[in-house]
Amino acid sequence: MLKEGQVRIPSGCAIAAIIDRKGGLINGSEIIKSISLMHDRSNGLGGGFAAYGIYPEHKDEYAFHIFFENKEAHQKCEEFLFKHFNIDVAERIPTKKVASISNGPDIWRYFGRVNRVRMKNSRLDEGEYVVQCVTKINAAYDGAYIFSSGKNMGCFKAVGFPEDVGEFYMLDRYDAYLWTAHGRFPTNTPGWWGGAHPFNILDWSIVHNGEISSYDANRRYIEQFGYKCTMQTDTEVITYLFDHLIRHHGLPANVAADVLTAPEWDEIDRMDDEKKEYFTNLRAIYSGALVNGPFSVILGSNKGLLAINDRLKLRSLTAAVKGDRAYFASEESAIRIICPDPDKVWSVSGADPVFVPLEIENKEDE
Amino acid sequence: MKKVYAKEELCLNCRLCEVYCKTAHSKTKDVLKANKYENPTPVSRITVYGDKMLSAAVNCRHCDNPKCVQACITGAMTKDEKTGIVSVNEKKCIGCMTCLSVCPFGCIKTGKFAVKCDLCQDEDEPACVKNCPNHALVYIDLGGAK
Amino acid sequence: MAVNYIPRRFTVIRDKNLCIDCGCCVRQCSNECHFFDGDGKTVVSDSENCVACHRCVDLCPTRALRIEKYVCDYRENANWTPQYQQEICRQAETGGVLLSGMGTPKPYPIYWDKILLNASQVTNPSIDPLREPMEIRTILGRKPEKITVEKKGKSTVEMPPQVIIETPIMFSAMSFGSISLNAQKSLAMAAKNLGTLFNTGEGGLHPDLKEYTDCAIVQVASGRFGVHKEYLNNSRFVEIKIGQGAKPGIGGHLPGEKVNVEVSNARMIPEGSDAISPAPHHDIYSIEDLRQLIWSIKQATDNKKPVSVKIAAVHNVAAIASGCVRAGADIVVIDGFRGGTGAAPTRIRDNVGIPIELALAAADQRLRDEGIRSRISLVAAGSFRCSADIVKAIALGADACYCASAPLIAMGCHMCQTCNTGKCNWGIATQRPELTKRLNPEIMHLRVENLINAWNHEIKEIMGGMGINSVDSLRGNRLMLRGIGLSEKELEILGIMHAGE
Repeated sequence: MLKEGQVRIPSGCAIAAIIDRKGGLINGSEIIKSISLMHDRSNGLGGGFAAYGIYPEHKDEYAFHIFFENKEAHQKCEEFLFKHFNIDVAERIPTKKVASISNGPDIWRYFGRVNRVRMKNSRLDEGEYVVQCVTKINAAYDGAYIFSSGKNMGCFKAVGFPEDVGEFYMLDRYDAYLWTAHGRFPTNTPGWWGGAHPFNILDWSIVHNGEISSYDANRRYIEQFGYKCTMQTDTEVITYLFDHLIRHHGLPANVAADVLTAPEWDEIDRMDDEKKEYFTNLRAIYSGALVNGPFSVILGSNKGLLAINDRLKLRSLTAAVKGDRAYFASEESAIRIICPDPDKVWSVSGADPVFVPLEIENKEDE
Repeated sequence: MKKVYAKEELCLNCRLCEVYCKTAHSKTKDVLKANKYENPTPVSRITVYGDKMLSAAVNCRHCDNPKCVQACITGAMTKDEKTGIVSVNEKKCIGCMTCLSVCPFGCIKTGKFAVKCDLCQDEDEPACVKNCPNHALVYIDLGGAK
Repeated sequence: MAVNYIPRRFTVIRDKNLCIDCGCCVRQCSNECHFFDGDGKTVVSDSENCVACHRCVDLCPTRALRIEKYVCDYRENANWTPQYQQEICRQAETGGVLLSGMGTPKPYPIYWDKILLNASQVTNPSIDPLREPMEIRTILGRKPEKITVEKKGKSTVEMPPQVIIETPIMFSAMSFGSISLNAQKSLAMAAKNLGTLFNTGEGGLHPDLKEYTDCAIVQVASGRFGVHKEYLNNSRFVEIKIGQGAKPGIGGHLPGEKVNVEVSNARMIPEGSDAISPAPHHDIYSIEDLRQLIWSIKQATDNKKPVSVKIAAVHNVAAIASGCVRAGADIVVIDGFRGGTGAAPTRIRDNVGIPIELALAAADQRLRDEGIRSRISLVAAGSFRCSADIVKAIALGADACYCASAPLIAMGCHMCQTCNTGKCNWGIATQRPELTKRLNPEIMHLRVENLINAWNHEIKEIMGGMGINSVDSLRGNRLMLRGIGLSEKELEILGIMHAGE
């Protein structure tokens, strides 16, 4: 049987997220509580979390989280990593035995900076250099898979229900200003650890619920620009779209969101000239990046959080605000269990992406 | 009043208007029976003149001052004041064909009596117009007196 | 010639029980297959010249006529088929190149029929086009690499000229000359009402079509007939025709007898003279020359019109398409070898070029590999028979499709493949006034519109089934396609999986 990554597998899901706009830290137990309420929306074949602000002592270094399926992959991957980066720390990610999670890979994390000599020789900017190194390992090194590569953030994922995954990684030991979580319901796969969400590249992480019907149009669009969709998941392709639009084209996150969930022509035709021109240009230039079919997506980054919903509102996504914190979840109940008395609750609409910017300055790369 | 007008630039010279006129004025109203088996053969009230290069269908103009009405010796030929339609009362017509000789358009046909276009009064549209394959016949009101 | 080496093709069967001797068939057949017998009353037929155009069949008020294939058996031979023998006899008689009209009738693989479409089930809802917006609006033209914005809601990018069409279906080039003015006018009227475009072909723009310049694609081909500054500017975009799918590598020839005063004015050539389009553009002997021509046209149009380049699907089509993009083409049109024509040498039509499916798949992938696919528009041409063909073409990677044969059929064409004779009984491929008047644009534009509207509905229905509500998300979405009964190599070129995978 082909595993995920070799074949495209449709899946349904639950997603949740919390952000503190002022950078206040939230313990991992909160997000676990939220996502676990939506137990029935996943089927034990994948769960995961992304946490921002968890490695303050290494905040200027890339944190690589890697799955190794065998010794040889471990060795070869490390060789590559040590050549291309100056690694300060290499350690196993601490985990706890959980009955429902087994047969996992060896899970390591590395903290390090780019090898400047190699980067200069490659003539790539730093982001591109890191992305290419990660893509190289994930595409060419069988048995090694980098599932997290940002700074001062990390993804934690496994095959299992999300609450078990949280317990497995002992996430109650981590505090973050932004959490996203995901519970997966793939339809016909044994599940692969790398296939669980969130999907991450650099500081971007994505959790996603839905099955996009534009997948191959989006994949073939984004692959023009050097990306390789190795996992064949919607989440991967959406992540790359955002990465391309924001990092390569320098678009603000809310403009990138407009690309993915552009309004319908009927609506555009009724807009004032300035807006009409904006959306017509957007749709003309980025027709291949329009995402179609049911989806709700939460994009986490060190700049904040972006929640988008499909154009027809075929997937559920609820948002809430309480003080400095914003909450998102597939179901309102998953918000209310950790925030029983929000200031405002609403259903995220397709035409109206929600962007919650982080109001503290994150140190930019030079 | 609404009349049938021919657009010669569109006329195919197919003469299907004649076929369908006969059918519309037959006993059976069946295109095959009317044109092949009915006796007496129905008479077409419309005639296509011309050749493949230039042709046009001609039928009664339902003139404002119809010569045929003036010439009719029995009062069989009348112009309806309401509809403007010029028609023959078969009970009064004696078949003298004076009307035929005075009609400037040659639109009176000979049967047992004088026969002429009645604009298919019982239908929405005359049969010739309805069945013209190229819309070369139109049934419209271009103004003018009734 | 005393000996008829070639049996006739068809037999006209007249049911005497039904024939009313009205003579309609007599007056309609330009091939003179029907006539009044000696008595001047009874209609009889001579099948010798029948081309099976069905004009008589369709107009007969009692349906008394039927055309049958004339069967005259030869000794069975899988190699020397009757067709080859007959063609040899024709050439033995005339010493000439065999000519044919319309696209190739040969049974080459039609990949559209070997590709199946997907639909949503459970994991993804299908969308009901009657309840939800379903978008097929398409934007053609060169796109900048990226948008620049002042802020969300305000674009600052300078857009090259774009052409917005309300359906991904356009009418392909058919010149006034190869088709009648009435036929072209019907297409122009339909294009205007449908929000799409028609293409003048290499025949100039007749003054009667001035009011349709907003939906006209004007063509510049190797003969440069009818090309002047005003012509170029009276358009939505300008198309440089390098090749045609039905006859790659050769030019065109409109016989002098079709060049009447109207045609001569539109083409700016003397009345009665043969209009010969050379095989190549004699100012384009390589790709850099194409760049100059594109540049010249852009100059002449003040950079207000996108320029498309139409090439025939030949073996190296992907690289050529890429070259056209790099030479400055905003839109690349690929015409597959099943595409139609007013007249082409039969041997060329039936043997040169490759099917549009493979050419389109290869070119789209090549442009993506080079990272330039999203910068330009790709239009596929060459025999789209129904809406499903269009959907499949878009999923393979086309922005829009050019259709010509289908709207012609809507206007009465019966694919008798004798366009080259100029005796088209339906008034389409002829300039004879007695025949062209048979095509009334007031009737025909509605039939063409009905056809395209019907296809639009079907495209929306199919897209809805896939869970897609914008044609943008269908474009290049090859996961929506599966091959059936195709080899590994064919699947590889088409970039699709086999059914069941």
